[in-house]
Amino acid sequence: MIVIVDYRAGNLTSVKRALEFLGHQCEITDDADKIRAAERVILPGVGAAGATMENLRALGLAEVLRRDVAAARKPFLGICIGIQVLFDRSEEDSADCLGVIPGHVTRYPASIDGRALKVPQIGWNRVRQTRAHPIFSGVPDNTHFYFVNSYYPLPADPEVVIAESDYGVQFVAAVASGRVIATQFHLEKSGAAGLKLLDNFCRLTF
Amino acid sequence: MLAKRIIPCLDVRNGQVTKGVKFAGNADIGDPVAMARHYYEQGADELVFYDITASNERRGIMLEVVSRVAREIFIPFSVGGGLRTLEDMRAVLLAGAEKVSIDSGAVRDPKIISEGARAFGSQCIVLSMQVQKTGVRPGLESGYEVVIDGGRVFTGRDAIAWAHEGARLGAGELVINSIDRDGTKAGYDLEITRRISESVSIPVVASGGAGAPEHLRDAFMAGAADAAIVASIVHFGEYPIPELKRYLKAAGVEVRDAIQLEVQAR
Repeated sequence: MIVIVDYRAGNLTSVKRALEFLGHQCEITDDADKIRAAERVILPGVGAAGATMENLRALGLAEVLRRDVAAARKPFLGICIGIQVLFDRSEEDSADCLGVIPGHVTRYPASIDGRALKVPQIGWNRVRQTRAHPIFSGVPDNTHFYFVNSYYPLPADPEVVIAESDYGVQFVAAVASGRVIATQFHLEKSGAAGLKLLDNFCRLTF
Repeated sequence: MLAKRIIPCLDVRNGQVTKGVKFAGNADIGDPVAMARHYYEQGADELVFYDITASNERRGIMLEVVSRVAREIFIPFSVGGGLRTLEDMRAVLLAGAEKVSIDSGAVRDPKIISEGARAFGSQCIVLSMQVQKTGVRPGLESGYEVVIDGGRVFTGRDAIAWAHEGARLGAGELVINSIDRDGTKAGYDLEITRRISESVSIPVVASGGAGAPEHLRDAFMAGAADAAIVASIVHFGEYPIPELKRYLKAAGVEVRDAIQLEVQAR
């Protein structure tokens, strides 16, 4: 079973609908035992880093994700806020995060060369695949994906970066470290390309 | 660089798309779900549904449409029309919409913007405003006035001031719908679109007046819009979305190439 971690945020059902469209059974849950027993775990969502971490801790799930999912080498997919909380900390709300991948999360600059940058980034942006990874299997390089974000990750180890994009600055759009994979863009709202990545995640063998 | 978005708009009354929409090759004329799928497959970047159902009792029909659309298309879509309370917004978002669009209700009760942003995040809250050029006068420095209730009621509010107020209250996007241009096919009102887009730090969507591909180019270039709403230009099959995108690309506008992929559906 694939589980979608319920931490009281929005956008959980849209991931579920996309998985069901693809024919993958899944369940939205905050039950630690179900997450431990799952074959694959997805942490999606929109929201702020501080509130996300508070909810994960209050539900007792931060430690489950760290120890029983990431450290236990269970396939783990983070989407949007789900990539950001994987790092050590985020500038958003000065939040201490899961620390599954070394690094931190920073905000887009308010302006570039004197020109205002609209933050959040809302829309479709090209994603450069900087390292071959099976999550991108069948998806052409420089395909557009849908982003809604004000912050982006700065991994300590450049080796984890698998995709980048440009929004005023060049930024990390996807990372992979062992069986942990995460994207800043919304797979469930990125049309056929997003569905393909979700499907790839559900079928990946490591 | 972000792609400029093309957003087909569907007016829905009692669960059916209005305006006698007819595009070639689609048997389910007027069915919002079939039309949504059609535009999704054509490469629309987003969709917007306006519920123009008159009576409140029929709101359930719209929620049913939203949840059917959400099971079949996997791009963002917003829903507007008659949303007045947080509960109205929550119902639409839970049914599967990515964003809610608020208009006259926000003019009457601006705190719905901040409450919505706090409850669901600014990225969910689209402030749609109908504007009309009524001339510069004291209190209306831009010469553009906010109009509500389908263009019937003039508010005396300055459009640019209202745009700034909406952004300050937490709207994540602004739709600038020109009453003067709506339905004219004469092109978007570039002046007000540009003046607002260049003075706020959130995305601005041009709306009202698209009749030819160059109108979209102008909205994105001269109008500095981040996205453009289209209706009759696509509904009647005159300019399919791929053709609009080919035109824009050749004109130097960054657009999303919709790719066809083998994705195994259930």
